[in-house]
Amino acid sequence: MSALSAVSPRRRRTDQAARAALGAGAAIALVPLVLVIFYLMKKGLPAWSWHFFTSDPTGSFLGDAGGIRSAIVGTLVLVAVAAAMSIPAGVGVALYLVEYGKAKRFAGLIRYLVDVMTGVPSIVFGLFVYTVLVITSIGGGFAAWKGSLALALLMLPVVTRSAEVVLNLVPDSLREAALALGAPRWRVIFRVVLPSALPGLVTGSLLAVARAAGETAPLLFTAFAVFGLSVDPSQEINSLPVQIFNDARQPRDVIVTRAWGAALTLVLLILITTVVARLATRRSRIA
Amino acid sequence: MTMTPHSSPSESSSSGSAASNALAAEASEHAEKPAAKVEREGREIKLEAVRAFYGDLEAVKGVDLDFRANEVTAMIGPSGCGKSTLVRCINRMHEEIPGARAEGRITIDGEDLYGAEVDVVSVRRAVGMVFQKPNPFPTMSIFDNVAAGVRLSGMKGGKLKERVERSLRGAGLWEEVKDRLDMPGVGLSGGQQQRLCIARTIAVEPEVILMDEPCSALDPIATLKVEELIAELKASYTIVVVTHNMQQAARVADRTAFMLTGEMVEVAPTEQIFTNPSDERTEQYVTGKFG
Repeated sequence: MSALSAVSPRRRRTDQAARAALGAGAAIALVPLVLVIFYLMKKGLPAWSWHFFTSDPTGSFLGDAGGIRSAIVGTLVLVAVAAAMSIPAGVGVALYLVEYGKAKRFAGLIRYLVDVMTGVPSIVFGLFVYTVLVITSIGGGFAAWKGSLALALLMLPVVTRSAEVVLNLVPDSLREAALALGAPRWRVIFRVVLPSALPGLVTGSLLAVARAAGETAPLLFTAFAVFGLSVDPSQEINSLPVQIFNDARQPRDVIVTRAWGAALTLVLLILITTVVARLATRRSRIA
Repeated sequence: MTMTPHSSPSESSSSGSAASNALAAEASEHAEKPAAKVEREGREIKLEAVRAFYGDLEAVKGVDLDFRANEVTAMIGPSGCGKSTLVRCINRMHEEIPGARAEGRITIDGEDLYGAEVDVVSVRRAVGMVFQKPNPFPTMSIFDNVAAGVRLSGMKGGKLKERVERSLRGAGLWEEVKDRLDMPGVGLSGGQQQRLCIARTIAVEPEVILMDEPCSALDPIATLKVEELIAELKASYTIVVVTHNMQQAARVADRTAFMLTGEMVEVAPTEQIFTNPSDERTEQYVTGKFG
């Protein structure tokens, strides 16, 4: 009898069944994603026009409903201010954890708290800012910067955790080389560690930005929403998610369509951010 | 925690008894070389009862040793014997490892490196170090890598270009890279990267250069170049070379120190270590009976 034999029919059948099951699983997972994108395109694209991007919502019940210019600008302002608050803080915390805290108990506590913060629902951050800053009327009532702060709290753990991972990837041999040249530790961090980790830090930060850009709940009771164009962080400001939230509940078809158009715009903005984040990773020399 | 992160134990046992004859020949040849000219007075380093710990593990157990100015001293011994640790005590890099500490007295021309008033940064400026694996800064060009030594230690730029050129010439790399100084340093070959790291070290103008197995990641040709460079550098610096390779010690070192399990067994002129050691363990090690 030969030592080699053909694959038994039983094993062939099992193999085919397993492959089919796994393929079906993957297809089922894709269905909602494809449907979401399909409906976004189908319902959102008709809303797009030059007028759509260049005019603000009018708020009038009849006639021209207006576009979403103020919402786009508002989202950009909100997210930019939030990034300016959370990225330096998040990278700073990560630097402490990697360069100084290491295995200390205090560093472990911070890591734990950051993890807990990751799991806090976004509405809780909104509520927190609402209670602490809005109700107390510190610097007026609703304001864009308060919305940004809520978003920043949301972004902080994401930025911190991703930055910690990236900073840990910087080889210790580089730190040693710099220290052995007689560099003080802060200069090692700014001249060697941060530049080496920069592409990864950009990626992590942009993914946090992408996450914050789509958040609605923290903005509802912090930045509120106005129709008009505003870039002033101390005033109420419009934003894409809140605009979508409000428009989708309106009875007029043209306004509901505007919600779809705004949703498609938001997804596109987030997609662009994610692609840029990927490009930054590709530039990395250390990982 | 492991003490010496490099190499398997088998690596250091390469030289058989046949090789030891060649070693002896090489060593005596070395002895006939005229004394190197001194371009700049190096400084003498004195170790007194130096002990080094990783947590509770004592890696260096009370070593007394002098490194003479303008001489190359080789440190040999099997893996884990504490030679790298000892050398890292001299520029105080040992204490950068969590849980590590050192005791005893290390002086450079009489000044205590571990004095209470002494800034560790100034120690590292005076005592440069070249590592086992070439580690140029990946984000920097060739020029910036050499300039980094100067910039990182906070010295004023001034004649930075001149200094970079002088350092690259000093490391024997200038002719190979002068047309591509703005290319990334990591684009060079391994041997060139190591010489770039040496250039970076001498750009700071230290008094002493420590080399922790500088050739173990290099091919034979690149090793030869670095060894020639070491021979030139001793005109200006006091040099300590940790090596696993006994032929290398025989080729480059004026004096050789043999360490075993954290203790200094013997220090003597290189040809004596390889031909007529006074300690039996040294003889066994250099003739390849163990290690």
